[in-house]
Amino acid sequence: MRQLFSFTGGVKPASHKIESNRGVVIVAPLPNVLVVPLRQNAGLPSRPLVQAGDKVLKGQTIAGPGGSISVAIHAPTSGTVRGIETHAIPHPSGLLAPCVVIEADGEDRWIDRKPIDPYALPADELRARLRDAGVVGLGGAAFPSFVKTQHGPTQRIDTLIVNGAECEPFITCDDLLMRTQAGQILEGAAVLAHIAGAQRVVVGIEDNKPEAVAAMTAAAGKRSGLPVEVIAVPTRYPAGGEKQLIRVLTGIEVPFGKLPPDYGVQCFNVATAYATARALLHGEPMISRLVTVTGNVERPGNFEVRIGMPIADLVALAGPKADTDRNLMGGPMMGFALPTLDAPVVKATNCILAASKALFPPPGPEMPCIRCGACARACPMDLQPFEMYWFSRAKILGKAQEYHLFDCIECGCCAYVCPSRIPLVDYYRFAKSEIRAREKEKDAADVARLRYEFRLEREERDKQEKAAKLAAKAAETKARLAEAGDADDKKAMIAAAVARTQEQKAEENPSAE
Amino acid sequence: MPSNSPFLRQPASVQSVMLKVLVALLPGIAMYVWFFGWAVLIQISLASVTALAAEAAMLAARRKPVRHFLTDGSALVTAWLIALSLPSIVPWWLTVLAVLIAIVVAKHLYGGLGQNPFNPAMVAFAAMIVAYPQFMSQWPAAGATDLATQINAIFGQRQLDAMVMATPLDTLRTALHTSGLNATVESVLANKTTYGFLGGKGWELVALGYLIGGLWLVQQRVITWQIPAAFIVAFGGIAGLTHLIDSAQFAGAGFHLFSGGAMLGAFFIATDPVSASTTPRGKLIYAAGIALIDWVIRVYGAYPDGIAFSTLLMNICVPLIDKSTQPPVFGHKEKRP
Repeated sequence: MRQLFSFTGGVKPASHKIESNRGVVIVAPLPNVLVVPLRQNAGLPSRPLVQAGDKVLKGQTIAGPGGSISVAIHAPTSGTVRGIETHAIPHPSGLLAPCVVIEADGEDRWIDRKPIDPYALPADELRARLRDAGVVGLGGAAFPSFVKTQHGPTQRIDTLIVNGAECEPFITCDDLLMRTQAGQILEGAAVLAHIAGAQRVVVGIEDNKPEAVAAMTAAAGKRSGLPVEVIAVPTRYPAGGEKQLIRVLTGIEVPFGKLPPDYGVQCFNVATAYATARALLHGEPMISRLVTVTGNVERPGNFEVRIGMPIADLVALAGPKADTDRNLMGGPMMGFALPTLDAPVVKATNCILAASKALFPPPGPEMPCIRCGACARACPMDLQPFEMYWFSRAKILGKAQEYHLFDCIECGCCAYVCPSRIPLVDYYRFAKSEIRAREKEKDAADVARLRYEFRLEREERDKQEKAAKLAAKAAETKARLAEAGDADDKKAMIAAAVARTQEQKAEENPSAE
Repeated sequence: MPSNSPFLRQPASVQSVMLKVLVALLPGIAMYVWFFGWAVLIQISLASVTALAAEAAMLAARRKPVRHFLTDGSALVTAWLIALSLPSIVPWWLTVLAVLIAIVVAKHLYGGLGQNPFNPAMVAFAAMIVAYPQFMSQWPAAGATDLATQINAIFGQRQLDAMVMATPLDTLRTALHTSGLNATVESVLANKTTYGFLGGKGWELVALGYLIGGLWLVQQRVITWQIPAAFIVAFGGIAGLTHLIDSAQFAGAGFHLFSGGAMLGAFFIATDPVSASTTPRGKLIYAAGIALIDWVIRVYGAYPDGIAFSTLLMNICVPLIDKSTQPPVFGHKEKRP
């Protein structure tokens, strides 16, 4: 039995899992029009490869990686490209961004799927295939997975951690995936381990999901070869945070500024492992995912949804109640309110949570901080949130950084427990963005300053070179004079020089005659 | 609902924190009334009314939402602590003045709730003991609980001789400091009209009431264990050690902890979150500092008890203590920041 560690802090909000985790996975119907954003992964957006009028098949690449940290995007069904249009994407600001809009033909015809034997191919080839299959982290960050399987010369990956903790309240899509696809998740995890060169796989699942733990344990028992451990970890938010889960399972604390491979570990979400299996073992790129729709709806549950399906259509499947005042993407601790349901489901969409005043009562009015320290006791990063709040609010940003502002993972535990109901995380987001903006400004100023200094230097150098040339010429003249040994000669030379100058002037400006 | 994450909030409030503190004071208050009469309830009422009025006036003057802050309960906590710290038979105007100093000067002139560097109740207590030492040394005798006499003492002519006495701490200090009496701790404490099992008669049970209420606050997570534990260990340690060395001159741990303001200080005064240290190690240093300074004042100082002065002195040290005891951050544990 693996020795477990614990992280300090954390909170235990009501889990609200039971509303959505009892049923089976419902396959959402195919929408008539799919809106597939080009920016779906952390890093650079993808580069479109299709244009209006193109016929596409399900799984066909419609956008290629737009940089070294970017992946491909695929047609979620067969149909015709209507065009690349600016459309709302799921973003807290209601951002509009270019999307490939596809009119489905209803046939849902696949490309020629080519499963491969990953164990017969070199790691680089497999990484390229992961990238070209559009596999990104499905826990919410959508970071390109192929990048995470690489490691630098001073790094290594011994242990591959599969994150099935799903610590956010309300969300159950990983739970359902583990119950229904445990074998495929482990196949995918084994492939990821193979690519990363890991020696073992450890799956961490919060112990409030006994069915998932049982399914994954059973699947692990059927496997041979690579050692796979399935571990139930104590339920305490944010146990599913990457840093917290690594800490719980291995005792390693990955500080801000370091990456897990610096410590021999790497972490992937269960859904990412599943997507890897689909991509490499079945030749099916990342075109759908499980999404929990829950909260203030009549029929909460988990849906298998094509990327690009309008969120409004998805919510409609669950029967939204009349008093829903907002819809969140993600969970109640770290999700964000969607300004519009017009936006499509993207790879990062794990949950749509319909909110109402009854479900999330507005917090009482904000009070001043009384330094009670509840936030510090709840912080899973061992920070002093009230100090960071104080300095962020006063815009003493250097001090806020001294109190490790950038170690904050914005999990929301501090604001959850605050008796003064201060929206603490808002202050940290604000301070971080201010600091980043200032650093950007400073960088720009640095470049300008360097340019200016370089110019001064160049001008000074030119001046010196000119002076040196003149001095050399003067020395030469002097030497010649000394050779001649005649002072009258000097006068004659001056007279000649004056005459020459006048001549030149006359030439340049004849009208002055 | 909040506009940004987290959308979930625990149903905690400053008001509920303050109410729990008030509830935790009840066992001690009950003992106080049982042994020393109703006067303390009169003082608590007087202090509460004054505190709420002063709080409302200051909030209005500072153009803050009056109702919003008046109901947070913080002014009541300050008022109750002042009423429990002052002798219960001081004249009414002294209580009113003390509360005004706490609320107007020590709290609102520093910026209101959460902004005061000093414990407001202790600022008021210190001001009173400096300004009116004659009233601050007259405590009701145990059992002298006649309500009419007490009301008269508070609101009318003070003819107190029959009912006042010095506190047990004061009696001991005076006896030990007066040369020629050849008094020892043992001989003084043998007077069972003043002294009980551990501390002063009656007072020791009031202290027990505070201890019980305080432990409940720890259990309720309103306060953390560090401050009361460090206070009791440090106070008990220095008192016990000096008692071992010279039992004639130094009273023991039990006496000190169950006399004067020790228990009230350990659980209700030193734990004021606004003016106390906030880091786990800092809390230990802060509370131990209060205990040790208080012991020095009791044994060598001019006042029988020194919770107010020792708390204020350690309040000054809080920024330094906090800065030098920052706990290591996740992933940075090998090197302290």
